[in-house]
Amino acid sequence: MTDKNPADSNLAEQLSTTEKVALSLRKRHRKEKRFQWAGLMAVGLGFLLVVILISDIVLKARPAFHQHWVKLEVEFRQDWLGVTSSDLAELKKANYRSVLRRSLYGMFPDVKGRRDKRSLFKMISTNAEFTIKQYLLDTPTKLGKTAEVWVRFDDDIDSYLKDDYTPGEAGPRVSKQQAQWLQQFLNKEIVDKRWNSEFFTSGDSREPELAGVRGALTGTLLTMLVTLLLSFPLGVAAAIYLEEFAPKNRWTDIIEVNINNLAAVPSIIFGLLGLAVIINIFGLPRSAPLVGGIVLTLMTLPTIIIASRASIKAVPPSIREAALGLGASKMQTAFGHVLPMAMPGILTGTIIGMAQALGETAPLLMIGMVAFIVDVPAGVTDAATVLPVQIYLWADSPERAFLAKTSAAILVLLSFLLIMNSVAAILRKKFEKN
Amino acid sequence: MIDLSSSESLVSDDIDLSKTVGEIYADDAKMSMRNVNVFYDEKQAIDNVSLDLARNQVTALIGPSGCGKSTFLRCLNRMNDTIPICRVEGDLRLEDEDIYAKKLDPVLLRARVGMVFQKPNPFPKSIYDNVAYGPKIHGLATNKAELDEIVVSSLQRAGLFNEVKDRLDAPGTGLSGGQQQRLCIARTIAVSPEVILMDEPASALDPIATAVIEELIDELREKYTIAIVTHSMQQAARVSQTTAYFHMGKLVEMGKTEQIFTNPVHELTENYITGRFG
Repeated sequence: MTDKNPADSNLAEQLSTTEKVALSLRKRHRKEKRFQWAGLMAVGLGFLLVVILISDIVLKARPAFHQHWVKLEVEFRQDWLGVTSSDLAELKKANYRSVLRRSLYGMFPDVKGRRDKRSLFKMISTNAEFTIKQYLLDTPTKLGKTAEVWVRFDDDIDSYLKDDYTPGEAGPRVSKQQAQWLQQFLNKEIVDKRWNSEFFTSGDSREPELAGVRGALTGTLLTMLVTLLLSFPLGVAAAIYLEEFAPKNRWTDIIEVNINNLAAVPSIIFGLLGLAVIINIFGLPRSAPLVGGIVLTLMTLPTIIIASRASIKAVPPSIREAALGLGASKMQTAFGHVLPMAMPGILTGTIIGMAQALGETAPLLMIGMVAFIVDVPAGVTDAATVLPVQIYLWADSPERAFLAKTSAAILVLLSFLLIMNSVAAILRKKFEKN
Repeated sequence: MIDLSSSESLVSDDIDLSKTVGEIYADDAKMSMRNVNVFYDEKQAIDNVSLDLARNQVTALIGPSGCGKSTFLRCLNRMNDTIPICRVEGDLRLEDEDIYAKKLDPVLLRARVGMVFQKPNPFPKSIYDNVAYGPKIHGLATNKAELDEIVVSSLQRAGLFNEVKDRLDAPGTGLSGGQQQRLCIARTIAVSPEVILMDEPASALDPIATAVIEELIDELREKYTIAIVTHSMQQAARVSQTTAYFHMGKLVEMGKTEQIFTNPVHELTENYITGRFG
């Protein structure tokens, strides 16, 4: 280049490289700051939304964990019960409804009309007659005597008590009359708010004060167990075969494309498949965790295979060479070296797949797991439902108390997920340490 | 001016590459390879190479990058089998046994012909387990005491035992680079191979660790036949008895190391060892 007159040269040329860099540096720093702020905002917003969601659920779920009970003076009169002796077989068949009714009316002698009596009796849970039955069966000596027995309130009364209510004034689904009777109960100090352990120990019910998540929780546990036991070994075996053993040709390409497609299939299709093939052709029982597990396995399998393959691919080839160079067979190399190193990634993929399966409702609707099931399933072939379906069912119920139950069931589902993820995280740590 | 012409420009057409000059045969050959051709799909990586590995000697394979020396080395224990597109032709023998025979199990071959790789690649296991792995899978030890004996003697022969004897349970990946490579050598000799192939074993190490490895190679020669690929001509000169110079898939010259480095016959060899290209 020829020499230039300094006066002619423009500003940029007068600046030294350092100055130019310094100029651009300020711009770059500003950009970086802006990006950091944007990132922080994104994380903060996400966190805020999660906090709002969780706290809303917790607030709504709180009433479900308590239940109001009332202490009744129950007269176990033989003529009311319709029994002649304290024979256990006879006591089991006795008329406890009548005893409950008359004892209750006895506490309110001024209630006369048939309608009034009915609305008074409605304040007590329908389950109360079983509560006093159980009481008498446990203590048969009380036959013919009066005993104080704690029984549940009906869910409408329970909800009323959990709300901000004006004493003696009517509330939703509680008449003014009922409210006043309730006030009498309260004045006598025979109403108690207790921890609702039944929520965790009983199955579903049409009566909100009796409904629990045990059935759905057990169903979920069994279904997840079936899913894990089927999808993990199948998925990992498929991934190892495809990565380590299968020849690379057109067939394996087709298989790979299809696995990827399978991961994108809407889950309800798997439910239809389960209904058409597993139930109708193979004749497995309807509504069973076994069938649910198989259907969810189909759904989870592609996720696990894809994650496992990626994880196996990421194992440095030098480890394979080291093992092969020592004379390890392909199988020994794959299972002794590649698999342990790929395990953390495989576990991550598995937990993602399992978490997906845990929250899945659609495919289970098709195979009958949406049915109203009261009993807690004892095995994988018993009729069962799962937590997300239970949440859906409760959310769909008109009773107000089910609102709290729905939120409580969501909390149970989230806790289940949390425990599942923690176990996976612990396992992953263990594998990473090696 | 910067010279951008590749090394190929130095190979003028009048240079004869069709025949190997020097002595490719050994009086007492442990392994002998004849007319070896290796292809990656259509591309030929090794072109008609014949050579012997002399028993209890170190044979160095040298040559510019991409000349096929590593490919050739990996043929000797069939590590190339793992590359689907790789095809090996020719007659390769270990003690008169065809190592590419159909009935020969590559697993057995690799127990007899061990390999040490360029980058130290210990298993993510303890030092003990690293060395014990080979004997375990081949069933070389019947009990724990025998296995201990193999591990200790292998570590001793690799010159690593004194440094790690107090922490055999520590992970092998926690050692320094040079120690890791010696661990890999210990792991290889724990299987009691007959031949050890080394693919640039010191290229990732500092000069001190390299010196230790080189000394070790010289000691190992007493028991094993060794073939070593190296980029360092000084290293080839220090550790080997025989040197083979590869160029573009062909074996150009082979002979006594002393002679190759002091009085090369072929023009290409001379160019390479005098540093005119490579």
